[in-house]
Amino acid sequence: MSKSILVVGGGFSGLTAAVEAAEAGYDVYIVEKESYLGGRVAQLNKYFPKLCPPTCGLEINFRRVKTSPRITFYSMAEVQSISGSPGNFKVKLKVNPRFTTPQCTNCKPGEEASTTEVPDQFNFGMSTRKAIYMPHPMAFPNQCVVDAAVAATEEGQNIKAAMPAGHVDLNQKAEVVDLEVGAVIVATGWQPYDPNKMDNLSFSQFDNLITNMMMERLASPSGPTEGKILRPSDQAEPKSVGFVQCAGSRDENHLPYCSYICCMATLKQAMYIREQNPDIEVYIFYIDIRSPGRKYENFYKKVKADDKVHFIKGKVAEVKAGSDGNVILVAEDTIGGGRVEQEVEMGVLATGMQPVGAVSPLPGVKYDSDGFVIPKEGIIPCGCAKRPVDVVSSAQSATAAALKAIQVVRRAG
Amino acid sequence: MSKKIGLYIYTGDGIADAVDVDKLVELATGDLNIPVVRTHDNLYSPEGAAMVKADIEKEGVNAVLLAGLSPRYEFKDFDFPGVLVEKVGIRELVAWSHPVNPEDENAEAQKEHVQELAEDYLRMYAAKMGKAELPEPYKMEQVNQRILVIGGGVTGLTAALEAAEAGHEAVIIERESELGGHAAKYRKQIPIGPDYSHLADPIVGDLIARVQANDKIQVKTGTEIARIGGVPGAFRASLKPAGTKSEWDAPVPLTDEEKLDENGNELSAEDQKKKYDEKNEGRQDYMQEDPSAEVFGAIVLASGWTPYEPADDEFPHLGWGKNGVVTNWQLEEMASSGQIKRPDGRAVKSIAFVLSPGAKEDDADFPYASAVTSLVALKQAKMFRESNPDGRAYIFYQHMRTPGQYEYFYKGLQDDAGIFLTKGAVTEVKDGAAGALTVNVENTILGEDIAVDVDMVVLATGMVPTTRDEAVVNLAYRQGPAFRDLDLFGGYCDSNFICFPYETRRTGIYAAGGVRRGMTIEESIEDATGATLKAIQCLQAVDEGHAVHPRTWDYDFPDFYFQRCTQCKRCTEECPFGALDDDEKGTPKPNPTRCRRCGTCMGACPERIIGFKDYNIDIVGSMIKAIEVPDDDEDKLRMIIFACENDAYPALDQAARKGNAWSPLVRIIPVRCLGSVNVSWIKDAMSSGIDGALLLGCKYGDDYQCHFVKGSELANRRMENVAETLNSLGMEPERVKLAQIAIDEFDKVPGIINDFVEEIVGMGPNPFKGW
Repeated sequence: MSKSILVVGGGFSGLTAAVEAAEAGYDVYIVEKESYLGGRVAQLNKYFPKLCPPTCGLEINFRRVKTSPRITFYSMAEVQSISGSPGNFKVKLKVNPRFTTPQCTNCKPGEEASTTEVPDQFNFGMSTRKAIYMPHPMAFPNQCVVDAAVAATEEGQNIKAAMPAGHVDLNQKAEVVDLEVGAVIVATGWQPYDPNKMDNLSFSQFDNLITNMMMERLASPSGPTEGKILRPSDQAEPKSVGFVQCAGSRDENHLPYCSYICCMATLKQAMYIREQNPDIEVYIFYIDIRSPGRKYENFYKKVKADDKVHFIKGKVAEVKAGSDGNVILVAEDTIGGGRVEQEVEMGVLATGMQPVGAVSPLPGVKYDSDGFVIPKEGIIPCGCAKRPVDVVSSAQSATAAALKAIQVVRRAG
Repeated sequence: MSKKIGLYIYTGDGIADAVDVDKLVELATGDLNIPVVRTHDNLYSPEGAAMVKADIEKEGVNAVLLAGLSPRYEFKDFDFPGVLVEKVGIRELVAWSHPVNPEDENAEAQKEHVQELAEDYLRMYAAKMGKAELPEPYKMEQVNQRILVIGGGVTGLTAALEAAEAGHEAVIIERESELGGHAAKYRKQIPIGPDYSHLADPIVGDLIARVQANDKIQVKTGTEIARIGGVPGAFRASLKPAGTKSEWDAPVPLTDEEKLDENGNELSAEDQKKKYDEKNEGRQDYMQEDPSAEVFGAIVLASGWTPYEPADDEFPHLGWGKNGVVTNWQLEEMASSGQIKRPDGRAVKSIAFVLSPGAKEDDADFPYASAVTSLVALKQAKMFRESNPDGRAYIFYQHMRTPGQYEYFYKGLQDDAGIFLTKGAVTEVKDGAAGALTVNVENTILGEDIAVDVDMVVLATGMVPTTRDEAVVNLAYRQGPAFRDLDLFGGYCDSNFICFPYETRRTGIYAAGGVRRGMTIEESIEDATGATLKAIQCLQAVDEGHAVHPRTWDYDFPDFYFQRCTQCKRCTEECPFGALDDDEKGTPKPNPTRCRRCGTCMGACPERIIGFKDYNIDIVGSMIKAIEVPDDDEDKLRMIIFACENDAYPALDQAARKGNAWSPLVRIIPVRCLGSVNVSWIKDAMSSGIDGALLLGCKYGDDYQCHFVKGSELANRRMENVAETLNSLGMEPERVKLAQIAIDEFDKVPGIINDFVEEIVGMGPNPFKGW
């Protein structure tokens, strides 16, 4: 029997579940597949509707992790198997090597010695990074990573030689860790729906057609353009930007459900753009603006009051090439009537959220047809592994999951 | 404690290139008189930690100062029980943020500045080490483990059950004579899980049965809170029959307006007291303990919502007041009694649901609407259709709000030929032929305006949180019975924090369900579970003797030197969490388990009598005075920065990591919150010849980002007073300034600092320098 709790996923929901359970007096393990905690929200520029930076809350939660004697976390780790029963789960983890030691918090000398440049997936490939890197400027753990691909190469040796002694360890091997836990919280979160799956939107054909998550990186001071929203094709500031709502969501052929966050995310991104330059025109093509509740309705009202933000009720059916790298959004205006062809200098697909379970399910966990976890005794989903939610609802759901997990381990004990 | 300090200087990551480490060692062993001083080029390695440990064991070092990495890093290997460990980030604050190009013609002068900067940080932190003490946890003798749940609806019932499942006793207080709240009146519920095609049977009956069968849960119906006094771990709740008056009803302080006479002048303390007594006649003083009060450890507020009832003259174009025009709640009640009919007796064969009241001018939903309002309209349409196979339902919306998998419910309804859904602006509801109501709808997605005749029109109005109109918790606190500033959130008991939705401004009390936000039953259940966790967690924190969020890791608590208290009331009034009560004379009564350790009281106190073991007036004052201020060198002015450690300080760290340089003339002191900055520190700075002071803190205003709610705003107000003082001394008030900075504005923060420095340099030296 174990009174420990395993949290799979170290994003916003997983972190919350872990710190809340630990502070209620229980031992917690976090398993995160990326090299940093914070998950999707670490990539966001601001939260709606306060327009406050996600790193502010993450900073506090990281501090809670650092100072808690009851939390152990594994980054770059995957769950290989879950067996046993509530109160008595056996979990096997594979922890991949980072090839650095904890004191390796600054990899500048190594970066200079590294010859490899690979697309930086944290920025959705809009920038490159070296074979030794800090996952992002606010990363926690604040420890550099060496790409496994160079570990056994001469480049790896050069990086090691350039770094202070003891900071790089190229002999690290993947480790298998066996845990005994009483309950498992599944906080595996979501990923942006692959825009290439929507043939009619021709995502791969246009440099200046990006996704909403790419927009977050463009708008972020730590992003590839240091916070300037620029067109990928020519790094020029777009004079007009068009948003395609429900890019995949509410669509039988893709994500049949509503992804909940994309309307609010677009309203927020419209504000990023308008704050950057008061001359930029914004066009938003939507089915419904889902900004429910007082706070979100007020936020929508604020954006609506801006006469440079245009709302067109109609789903974009097609994206075509315009002049000079522009794109043309084609839609049926269901109120004004008629077909609309709006040329914009940059297009943004408000792609929906797909639960990670739809793509890489955890062993021993059951999912519904959309990939959301079906809860059972001892296996407790929260956040976007459970249903599409925003950050505030993720916090609620994760805090509740912490108590459900505590109850399971108490019953078993 | 008698201290033996060990200083460990990290020389890696460019520190040894930026500064002359030998000179730092010389300063430390010489002027600063630090007995153990060592340098290490890989200090944060296991070997580095072993070196420190050996000094603790063999040399008797009991105060460790690590000069190197920012305190924001992990230092698990440097956690030595019983040893004070302090970190000063000279890597970020000195080396990385002050790169010197050796090619520059004035490189030598620049290097001198950087060296002086590093030396000052050692002086400041040596001073701090000399004064700081290890915190000792505050332990209550007895921590009551019972949870009080206010409200017996779905949220409250769930909270009690969840608490009981986690081993805690719970007491539910319900104002009505029956449990169940609004949910007890539902005939059907919104579907709960895939495939969302069937309305669910109400679950509230099951919750009530489980509560009644649970021997850890006690239920008190027909009961409400007269007052709640006490503290987390030992709240004292006076209960009373609902709707009655009691001598234990919580007194209500005078509002700011009530403190003024008819001419707008502030009343004398005596007159205020008189007015207060009149206002609270028949009520016991707030500090008086009710001997028959029940004791609880923590509280879940689940008092829910009331249906929005439009005023008589509201929504005239929607026919409010006409026979057959009802709210969604009125329809719900009719449905639950089995009879949907009009007051005039007319049978209802067709219903129009109106989701957005704004006609063509505004596409917003009704006040206090949410996704629930859309979902309830769908539910009611389906209920109506299920019992009226010939009936027709029209749903007119501006934006159908069915988030997540609720989309399936919406889609399912679209297949029912008897339910007609369209986006549109309802412009008019008027009397139609033969007693019918005619609904005019424009801008529909049908491409034309339509008019339909129906028997009933349902306004999909919202859910008003109970805390909009009442205190509900009725706290017997110095700052009054209610949560503060809820008008910022339309009366919802909202935390304002996206990341920390259960935070309230009253420690140990956590809100859940409709009182926080419009929620479905499913969501309310989850929310109740979350709030219950927070309540239980608060008891754990009290038991272990540390703070709750956001300084969970903090075992310290404020200490008051009462002999010098002048009863000025600033601390009791300004504490963002209402932690302090007071006695008749106005002497503050600290309640450590209510305290969040932000230090706002310390910042407020003009007598400088409030402090913490490791953070107080003397410690920071000593750090300021430790700065070496050249008397007669106009190139070496000195500015101090108080940087909020939650947001501004991390922004500085990031700026340094990016190599964004700022002026070497500033010295940075991290503070818990700008609210803790005492004006005496500004005076200390000015009288030690420092030329300017900049406060870097969180954004304030309606969307405040301050984790302690009011800190930066209060600091701003205090600095205005400082400015006046400076003015009266013949100094430029601009020498003290506050700037708001978010954690991600690392690209802006060096500019803010440099602009400030430039401004001060323009003014020239502090005229009191060298006095």
